[in-house]
This record gives sequence, structure tokens and C-alpha cells, in this order.
Amino acid sequence: MGFWLRFNLLVFTIAILSTPVLSDLILSKVDRRIDLTSQIVRITSTLKVENAGSGLVSEVLLAFPELQAKKFGILMATTNEEKAKRKVLELVSLLKLPIQKECPALTVYSVSLSKALGEGDTMSLDVLAVFTHTLKPFPEKITQADIQLVLFQDSAYYLSPYAVKFQSLSIKLPDARIESYTKIENTKIHGSEIKYGPYENLHPFSYSPLVVHFEINQPFAVAQELVREIEVSHWGNVQVTEHYNIVHEGAKSEVNFLGQLEYQARPHIRGSSAIRHFVAKLPPRAHSIYYRDEIGNVSTSHLWADSKKTELLIEPRYPMFGGWRTAFIIGYSLPLQDFLFELEGKRFLNISFSSPINDLVIDNLVVKVVLPEGSRDLSVSTPFPVKQRQESKISHLDVVGRPVIVLEKADVVPEHNQYFQIHYSFNKLSMLREPFLISGFFFLFVACIVYVHVDLSISKSSASYLAKLQWDEVRATIQQVESIINQCLATHEKIEASLRDLSRIGDVQACKTTRKTADGLLKEHSKELKPLLAFLQSSPAAANICLSLNSIAEKMVKLYMRHPNIMVEELVAKERELQERWMAKHSIIVDCYEKKLGREIENRVAPQQQKVVALRQEVEDLLEYIDEI
Amino acid sequence: MADPENAKEATTLRYAFGNVLSFHSSLDRSSRFLDPSFLCLLIDFQVIKYESVIHEFDPYFNYRVTQFLTKNGIYDFWNWFDDRTWYPLGRVIGGTVYPGLTLTAGTIWWILNSLNIPLSVETVCVFTAPIFSAFASWATYLLTKEVKGAGAGLTAAALLAMVPSYISRSVAGSYDNEAVAIFALIFTFYLYIKTLNTGSLFYATLNALAYFYMVCSWGGYTFIINLIPMHVLLCIVTGRYSSRLYIAYAPLVVLGTLLAALVPVVGFNAVMTSEHFASFLVFIIIHVVAFVYYIKGILSPKMFKVAVTLVVSVGLVVCCAVMAILIALVASSPTKGWSGRSLSLLDPTYASKYIPIIASVSEHQPPTWPSYFMDINVLAFLVPAGIIACFLPLSDASSFVVLYIVTSVYFSGVMVRLMLVLAPAACVMSGIALSESFSVFTRSIKFQLHGLSGSSQVDSGDASSSTVVAQNDAGKAEKTEDTAKERPSKKSKKKEKGIVDKPSLKAKIERRLLVLPFEASIFAILLLVLLGAFYVVHCVWAAAEAYSAPSIVLTSYSHDGGLHVFDDFREAYAWLSHNTEVDDKVASWWDYGYQTTAMANRTVIVDNNTWNNTHIATVGTAMSSPEKAAWEIFNSLDVKYVLVVFGGLVGYPSDDINKFLWMVRIGGGVFPHIKEPDYLRDGQYRIDSQATPTMLNCLMYKLSYYRFVETDGRGFDRVRQTEIGKKNFKLTHFEEVFTTHHWMVRIYKLKPPRNRIRGKTKKPRSKKAQQLEQKEVQLLRGIRGIRPMKLENAKCTVMLILHLPRLWLHFEQELNSEFARMNNRCLLILR
Repeated sequence: MGFWLRFNLLVFTIAILSTPVLSDLILSKVDRRIDLTSQIVRITSTLKVENAGSGLVSEVLLAFPELQAKKFGILMATTNEEKAKRKVLELVSLLKLPIQKECPALTVYSVSLSKALGEGDTMSLDVLAVFTHTLKPFPEKITQADIQLVLFQDSAYYLSPYAVKFQSLSIKLPDARIESYTKIENTKIHGSEIKYGPYENLHPFSYSPLVVHFEINQPFAVAQELVREIEVSHWGNVQVTEHYNIVHEGAKSEVNFLGQLEYQARPHIRGSSAIRHFVAKLPPRAHSIYYRDEIGNVSTSHLWADSKKTELLIEPRYPMFGGWRTAFIIGYSLPLQDFLFELEGKRFLNISFSSPINDLVIDNLVVKVVLPEGSRDLSVSTPFPVKQRQESKISHLDVVGRPVIVLEKADVVPEHNQYFQIHYSFNKLSMLREPFLISGFFFLFVACIVYVHVDLSISKSSASYLAKLQWDEVRATIQQVESIINQCLATHEKIEASLRDLSRIGDVQACKTTRKTADGLLKEHSKELKPLLAFLQSSPAAANICLSLNSIAEKMVKLYMRHPNIMVEELVAKERELQERWMAKHSIIVDCYEKKLGREIENRVAPQQQKVVALRQEVEDLLEYIDEI
Repeated sequence: MADPENAKEATTLRYAFGNVLSFHSSLDRSSRFLDPSFLCLLIDFQVIKYESVIHEFDPYFNYRVTQFLTKNGIYDFWNWFDDRTWYPLGRVIGGTVYPGLTLTAGTIWWILNSLNIPLSVETVCVFTAPIFSAFASWATYLLTKEVKGAGAGLTAAALLAMVPSYISRSVAGSYDNEAVAIFALIFTFYLYIKTLNTGSLFYATLNALAYFYMVCSWGGYTFIINLIPMHVLLCIVTGRYSSRLYIAYAPLVVLGTLLAALVPVVGFNAVMTSEHFASFLVFIIIHVVAFVYYIKGILSPKMFKVAVTLVVSVGLVVCCAVMAILIALVASSPTKGWSGRSLSLLDPTYASKYIPIIASVSEHQPPTWPSYFMDINVLAFLVPAGIIACFLPLSDASSFVVLYIVTSVYFSGVMVRLMLVLAPAACVMSGIALSESFSVFTRSIKFQLHGLSGSSQVDSGDASSSTVVAQNDAGKAEKTEDTAKERPSKKSKKKEKGIVDKPSLKAKIERRLLVLPFEASIFAILLLVLLGAFYVVHCVWAAAEAYSAPSIVLTSYSHDGGLHVFDDFREAYAWLSHNTEVDDKVASWWDYGYQTTAMANRTVIVDNNTWNNTHIATVGTAMSSPEKAAWEIFNSLDVKYVLVVFGGLVGYPSDDINKFLWMVRIGGGVFPHIKEPDYLRDGQYRIDSQATPTMLNCLMYKLSYYRFVETDGRGFDRVRQTEIGKKNFKLTHFEEVFTTHHWMVRIYKLKPPRNRIRGKTKKPRSKKAQQLEQKEVQLLRGIRGIRPMKLENAKCTVMLILHLPRLWLHFEQELNSEFARMNNRCLLILR
């Protein structure tokens, strides 16, 4: 309402200020169709251009109000002179055109014709203009239960620097309520289509404001930023990762949230302008698809795949009402052979530019193409102008980094979803870099293991040789110990013999003397034993064996190996005990004989005798055992 | 694994089963490969069933800290003052957090990234716990090997790799201090035992470093610094003092305390709090004992006796004086120098009496018997056998393990959380028990097989035990020897193997062994294998079903077997992060604080680091107050959104209504006007029509059940299994802004304060004015684009414009220009 007025005023001034004599062209027929069925406004105009003056004309001017021109998604002019070939003409934005000085609210584009128009010639020109952010929700805030109403403004007459002879306009609306529309002469309404015109013979810059207020329940999904990363791997994979940052730019949801209740119960009646899901049409044979956001996987998605297409339906974490935002990431892998081709020794990647999601307006699109490490001579060809730059990215197992081509474009509409090409050359041998790196590392690892576990030394100072020497020493000592013990045993036998003599003859004196000599001998032996035992205990070889065994943990081996040391100790201990027993027995017997207690001898000796026998047995066992070693 | 050939060869020797294991451990490295392979299996449950996501509450905080560390570097990390939490107080993160885990993950991330492996911080965080659980089972192997040999070590490591109690903390995504700390704990114990066995200063230093790592990682380090002194004291008392003991203990205390004081969160606590006093006391005692032993060596026995009487009489006096001073110092502090958590360990009833915050955490409750069975399963039955095995014979190392299990059993009985400390001990014990019993059974089977052909002379009983003792003494003696020469002998040993391995020898040794009947041993082995199999089955089940659920994502099975995912928490956090202002403050119960800051990136009032009881009590009070009072509290805290968790629609039991009594208790602890009995009807907590009016009018009730009756028409709460008491009510100070799909999280916004003019409009108005107002309302209704919701606002506006034209400017700000212009037009018409 308010701004209609303003707009009227503005256009009025334009009409007054502008002078009709700009060039000799006239538009003999203008046919305009405005498609308002989605948030993206598409205006298709067919112009019949006639050169009424003299002289060649090689450019046609198209004028748009500046407000509209700011929201251009795409502006494209085609001729269909030759019916088979539609030719896209070059569009140049002319900022300093003379008429602009007079009316700064207009932006004028010029179409340079491939073939200049001669006097009296006509040609037809198709102009497609796609606008984003043009439909204004009104009222701006609604509750979830309300329908979403939007306003659309334009001119009922074709705004042009040329005179227009004959023109008509049709506006296609979604099948829903029309709240109001501007009624001027020749206005007709057929269902969801409003027709204006025909109007004839209008001056240049004729303007008649037109406002349509209608219901639209299409969600207004706008990606404020979309970063697409396309990573090419020559091992057969193209990985696409898309980071979306989406806002619902429809009528804002009032703070008063009516709850999930209404929405869940009657989702189609209530909150019909909410975004429930997006449908992404991925290329066929896409695989390894994921859908997540910065806090993890989002589990609400469905996938249908057949040979022609892969359709991914993704639901945001929450239904998006007007003004709400969300951010998410989708990623998928594509087979390489569908997108990478070879041409004259160079390779080129042919892949779509924009998002696979339908009906999405992208305010700022960044496409990053990551080529394999070692790619050279990069060049980009796009069907429309984009900003481009190069950077490099270091990823898995990279040494110098991969070349990245960054393409940036603002205000992207689905029409931009065209294929673009990147040409580059790449040496196949570079592909082997990474496998080499991995296998090299693996071999290094194996080599380390082998080195640690193999004893390659043959010198006499080698550890194993020294160990063997020590072991030999230990064995020699053990043998010495054995011989000493054997001598001890022999002494014991002597004592026994003397005892036997005693019982037979009763010669106490002789027995005592043998005992004395035996004592002497035993003392000597034990003296000899001492250094040997000390050596055994301190000998690193004996100890080492046990320790190493311990760490290697082969228990039974440990037991065997440990024995030299333990057994010897045990042996010596047993032998000592035996000695004592002998001595005890001896003294008992001798005592008894001295006291003439014939009967008691056997009683008192019996236990000693038993123990002696047992000990003797054990000592012999041990000796035998040590022999084995 | 072992091929059958090897196994057969091994059985020809003495330890059939133990040998298969020990054969493999002969390559130290093999155990490292073996155990992680167990664990890999367990990591996958979580990632396969759910996704690579961080679990629960605390891990989200750790994740956020790690993110900060990787982004801003270590110096900023130490100085980090976090203003996104505990609003308006903030929190000094660098000085109040145990940095071990964060630094570990940060280092891993840094190394990977500098090697050009661009893993995200999240991935590194998710997989830190499984990696460290692999290390932990390796450390268990080492510890048990030091105590009872490699066979037991490997069995213990295998058990630990699967024990459910530890799995609950080491699944992928459980990015919590305990994940790293358990490894540090076991490794510190291993190094202590190693030092004790070798007497090497090298290991003693390593031990201090491991202790430092433990201090960095977890508050549970006090367990180490109390357990080791206890063991030292035990050794001294039982007359096992040796220089090795001194070397194992003294450097640990000195170096360990110095290093511990370097960690900001510990700082001077390392010398000031009572938790550490035991170590210093034992430090003094061990020096006295060492001195006594030294003097004993110098003096003759007679002189020594005189000296002892002299020193003891003087020493007693000094000791009494020092003790008196110490006790006086400790008693002067209110908590007797113990922190609340430690006190609740010593006195299990302490927390429930004095600190509701500690008591309100389910992890801090005493466990039930089934939870023992759930968490350590058959190990509970094997532990006693292990203890017995440790007494045959009792060495320094095995006495330590016994002490460890006894204390940890006590602690786990106090707090469920400390079941985690029990788990490794139980594994060590069970490993020992299993390997010993296997060795006994296989040995007797072996003997019987040979016995059929050979001698039938059985020399049982004391003979065998005597060899064992002898063997063990020798073993100790050997360990005291220099270990540096371990390597060469390893090689020499292999060569000598052939010499030793003679069949005639076996008969000799076997004769000395304890032998059981053939059938009995076979049967017993079968039973043991069955037991082990049962354990494995249970562990796999527990890992898959009970412990890998990340609690942030819930799942349920529908009747037709389909999986239904409840992702409401993340839905709510995502909504908060995208649809509120960056500086908005969100109030919720403290459980959700960490998640809100980490996932929604919004400032919270309280979080899981419950350092300020008053602040939590304020939130608790707000939640248990009526709407207006609550609004005032929240408004004073600058809160814009209130988040409540409600499980009544889908039957999610751990929601805020079930936690509500704790809020009342904690709130009432600080603000006495909140009284628990007001919320209880005859001592019963209920929310149905029998509930008290205080309960039905409190904010938590209202926020939880707002419009709940509209779901099924009668408001049936599926958690409480009852119809709610108050069904239809309106909120006056809050408005609902978001409710998740399953109603599990509901977010409310505080309404802006009432317009001050409102009071004036309440004055009796003239009839004319009222008529005018009605006219305006009708007019406004006629204007398209204005929804009924706006009407009240518009009405008010028009009134104001009529009565107070000077406020025009004010309204221009408040209303959008379109609207104002329309009003203007209305006014013109009216006039």
C-alpha cells in the first residue's frame, strides 16, 4: 500500500522525464508471461523488434526498475531466427546509458545482436528474466494456522525505452485464493490466471502499476550460503559435499508457537507454508549418501534409486516455519566415468554447477572443485559468468596439496543448474603416489620388526655368545658342586659303616674318631661349597636366564632353566639337613652305647633313621636331576 | 591365533592352556595386537548401531574444551574464561578442568593433522576412548604379568577388554575423563609393581610420570595416592620392608606431589587436603623404618636395643605433638579438610544428608546387587579364587593386588561410578584365578596321560607346594637382578631350549605336582570354558544393548520390528542454535547445561560442573516456584528461553518431572521458602489430581504439561502412568516457542515485561472512550492482513494514541511502519 504509492510516484517521474526519441527501434508486439507459482518469479517476454528508422542497429535495450534488477537470478535473451538453433545473445549491463542519468531508478541492459538489423527489418527476441526475493509476504507475520499471503508488483505495461505497438500480459498464479489484484482496463481473470491487455500504441517508458496479493503455500526456501565441494579422485570416485545454510523467507512465524500438536495432527491444513522436506535429485548411480549437520547424523531421510535418477528426500531436524533457519550437510559419491572424460590428452570434468535441490534460491553459491594432486594446466568453462580463483588444499596423504578451483556466484536459481567443464592435464603416474607412500610405510614397519627380532651378529662379543659362555661357566660350577656333594655322601657312608661297626663290635672310640674325621671333611667341603654357591647366586647368566624366561613367559622352560640354581641350593640345603640328621643319629647311638642303654637305641634312632633315609633319597633324586642338566 | 600344532607342542610341556597363551605373549607385541582386536569389535556396536556421535553429558563439555584447545592453542586454553556458562558468573575452564583427556585428544588431533590426515576434532574425540581402552588392556596385561606371570596377564587383559563396566566408559563416543584415567590408573600400578620387583629408579621415575598423567586426567588419582601408601604400610607392618620398597615409594611421593601441583586444578591441594596426608605420613614412616634398618646394620644387637628404647620414647612424644597439631589444623576446617565427594566415600550417608547435588546424580548412588552382576558378571565369582591364588604364595606384588581389590570393592559399594575402578581389579584377579586353575587342571590331565604309561607314584601335597614356594622365592631373587641384560638372555634361552627339553625330565617334575583325577579335571575345564563363554556372551550383549546407546539418540522397536529413532534432543539443540540470538541465555536443569553449550552454542545458567550450589539452587527454586515468581527469577538472570525435558508423551523416564524433587531439595537447601513437603501428598510424589496445589502450580509442572491434554484428550502421562492433575491452564509469563517431535524437549520464551502503561488503562474509563475503542476494534477487524492475535495489541495501541498522543514516537518504534500508518488512518477517520 505505502510502497505502491512510492513506486507509482517514482514511475511517474520516469515517464515524465524520459524522452521518447532514443532510437529508431519500435516493438511491434510484446507478449509477457509472468509465472508466480513458486517463490522464484519467472518473466518470459517475446519481443518483436522492428527497425523503423534508417541505419543499422546492433543492440536492443532492455529496461528494468532498479528494485527488480537487484534481484536478478538470471537474465537471458535468445533469438529463434533459425528455428532449430536457439542462440543465446550476449547481455551487457550498461550502467552509463544516457537515459540513466535522467532516471536513476532504471537499470538498462543492452542485448548485442549477432546480426545487425537493417532498415525495416524485424526480428523476434525471447527474454527470460528470473527474479528472486520479489514476492513480499504480507502480512509479514502469521501464525502457524494462517495461510501465507504475498504481494507481487510490476507494471501492467511493458517498460521499455521503445514505443510498443501491441502488447499483452498474463500472470499465472498458484491454484489458490487471490486476495486482490489491480484492475485496469482490459483485465480478465481465468481461474488462476490474470490477463492484462491487449494494449496498443504505448509511449516509451509507459508505466501502470500492478499489484497482485495472493495466497501461496510454497515454502520460500533460501540457501543463504551453499558451499559445494567436488573432490575428484582418479581411483574412480567423485565425492560431492554440500553445506547448506537455509532460511525460510516466507511470512515469519509469530512468536506464539501453537505447538507440534496442530502441525502433527493436520500438517496439510495447518502450517502449510512450512518446509517439511527437501527433495534432492542426485545423478544416477550416486552412492554413499549421507545427511548430517554439525551435531551429527540426521536420521530423517529417504532414498529412492533407479537407473535414471537417485532421489533423496531429506527432512530438516524440525519443520521449518517462516523465518526459521537450519544448516545441514549432504554428501554423496558419484562414479568417475560418468563425469570425467578424456579429450586430446587432457581430461575434463563435466558436472552440474548448482544444488540438486528443487526450487531453492541460493544467495551465495561457492563451488570448490578439488582436483587430484599433480593436476596442471587448469581451465574452466562455464555457461554464465562466475567469479573464480584458485587455492590449494592438503588432504589425506598429500605432499604438496591438491589444486582447488573456487567458483562463486550470487543469486543462483534452478536455471543455473547447468553443466560446466574443467579441463586439466594429469599424469597417470601421479596416481601411484599414495599407494607408494602407504606401502613404503608398511615395509618400513615390517623392516623394523625384522630388525628387532633377528640377531645378525657373528662376532664373539655378541650377546648370545657371551651368554653361552656364562652358561658354560655355570654348568662347570654346578658340576663342581655335585662332586663335592658326592664326597659328602661318601663321608656319610663312612659314618654309617662306623656305626654299623659300633653295633657289631661296640668300639665306641673308633666310632668317635671316624666321626671326628668325618666332621673335618664335611667342614672342608662346606668351605669349598661356599664360594661356588656365591658364584652361582651372583652369576648373571643364571639369573638372567630366569629373568628372560620370566619375561618370555614360557613357564615350563623357566622351571627347567631355573633349576640349576634352585636345585643346587635345595641340594645343598638337603645335604646339610642330612648331615645334621646323621650327626644327631650318630650322637644318639654313641650316647646310648656309652650309657649302655641297649633297648632304647632302636626306639630313639628309629625316627632319625627314617628321616635320614628319606633325605638321602631326596638328595639322590636331586643329584640325578642336576645330572640331567 | 594358535594353530593346533603349536598348541599340541605346548601341551607336551607343563602348562597346557596357560602355555598356549603364554606362547603368544612371548612376543610382547602380540598381546598388543590381540587385545585391541577384542576392542575393535566393541567400538563398532556404537558406531554401527548409531553413528559416530559423542555420548551423554560430560563428554560434550570435553568435546567443547577440545575444540577450543585445537582452535586457540594451549596458552589460551590455560587462560580460558568461559562466559557461555554459569551466566552471569562464568567459569575459569583452564583452572577447573582436569586437562589430561583434552590434551591427549588435542595432541592426537595435532599429530594427525600435521601428517596431513585431516580428521575432524569430533572424530578424534569419539575414538579416543576405544584407543585408550586398548592401552588399558595392555597395561592390565603388564600388571598381571608382574604379579602372576604372562598367562594370567593375557587372561586378565582379555577379560578387561570385554568387561561391561569398562565398556560402558570406553565405547566410541564416551569421551570422558575415565576413558583415559583407567589406563593411567592401571599403568601407574604396573609401574609401581615393576619398581617394587626390580628396585629400579628408572621405573620409579616413570611411575611418577604415569601418576602425573593420572592426576591430569581424573580426580580419582586420590585412589592411587592412598592405595600405594596403604600397601607400603602393609609391607612395613608385615616385615617386608626392603630397599626396593623404598625406591618404589619415596620418589613417587616426592616427584608425584611436585608434578601433581603443576596441574592447575590440583595446585596446592596436593599438599593441603586430607586426601594426600596418608601418603606423607607413610613417607615419614618409611624413612624412619629405613633409618632403623640402617642403624641396625651398623650397631651391635645390644646397642641397637638401647637405641630403640631411647628413640621410641622420644619419638612418641614428638609424634604426639605433631599429630595434635595436625588434628587441630584439620579440625579447624569445616569439612575436616576432605572434599565432599571424598567424604561421601568414607561415609556413604554423608551426601544424602548434606549435599543433595552429589546425591542427586544417579552415578553417585550405591549400586544394587544386580548391577554387580551386570557390570562384572562372572568375574564376581572368580575374584575370591583369584584372592586365594594371590596368597599362594603371598609376594609384595600379589599383596598389592589383594589390597587393590579389597579397597575397590568397598568403594564400588559406595558409588556406582566407582564400579569402574573395581573392574580392572576384578579382571586381574579373575585372570589370575582362571590361569591358575587352567594350569592346575591341564597339568593333572597331562600327568594322567603320561601316568598311564609311566610311574604311578604320586608325590602330592607338600612336595608340590614346596617347589612352588621355592620357585617363587627364586623368581623374586631373579627379579632383583639387573634387567638390562634381559635381551641377550632371551636369545640364549632359545638356544638352550633344546638342551633342556628332554622327555625323561618331565616325569621328575610331574611327580611333584598336585594332581586331580582325570575326569574331574576335564569336567572342570569344560565348566571353566563354559563360564568364559557365558561371560563373552554377556559382555557382547551388554556392549550392544546396554552400553552403546549414546543417550542423546534413543531408539525403540516398533511392533513390526522396525527401528524408531527419537532424536528430539538434537532437534531442540539444533533449533536453539539456528533460531535464537547468539547471546540469548537458556535456563534448564543442570543436566542439560553441557549439551546446550556444546551443541546449541548458547549461554546457560548452570551446567554439569556443579561448582556453585547457590546458582543451581536458584534455578531449582525458579522451577519449583509459581509462574510469576519464576519469571522474576529468570528475568533477573537475563534468561530468555527455558528448556524442559518432558517424557510423558513417549514414556521417557529420566525427564525433568522425575528429577523435580531434587530441584525442590536443592532449591530448598538454599532458599528455605521452598519446602519439600509442600510438593508431596502424604509423603508421596504425585502429579495426578491428588497432587498438592503447590505442585500443580509450579513452573515445572506447567511447562511440562502445557497443552498436554490436547494430545489425547485426557492428559495421560506414560511415565507416571496416571492422568495429570491440572489439565487446562494458560501460561501468563511464558510462551511456547518450540516443542520437538515427540515432545521430549519443550522450549519456552519469557514474555517481555508488561507495558508500564497497562496500569493506567485499568483506571475506570469513560463510556465514550469505551465506545470509541469498540469502534476502533471493528475498524481494525475490517482491515485485511491483521490477524486476530494482533487485535489485543492493536486495540491497546489505538487507545494509547487517543489518550497520550505524545507517545507516538515510542509506538513508531514498536510497530512496523505499515501498521502505524494504518492506525494513523483510522485515527483520522475517527476524528
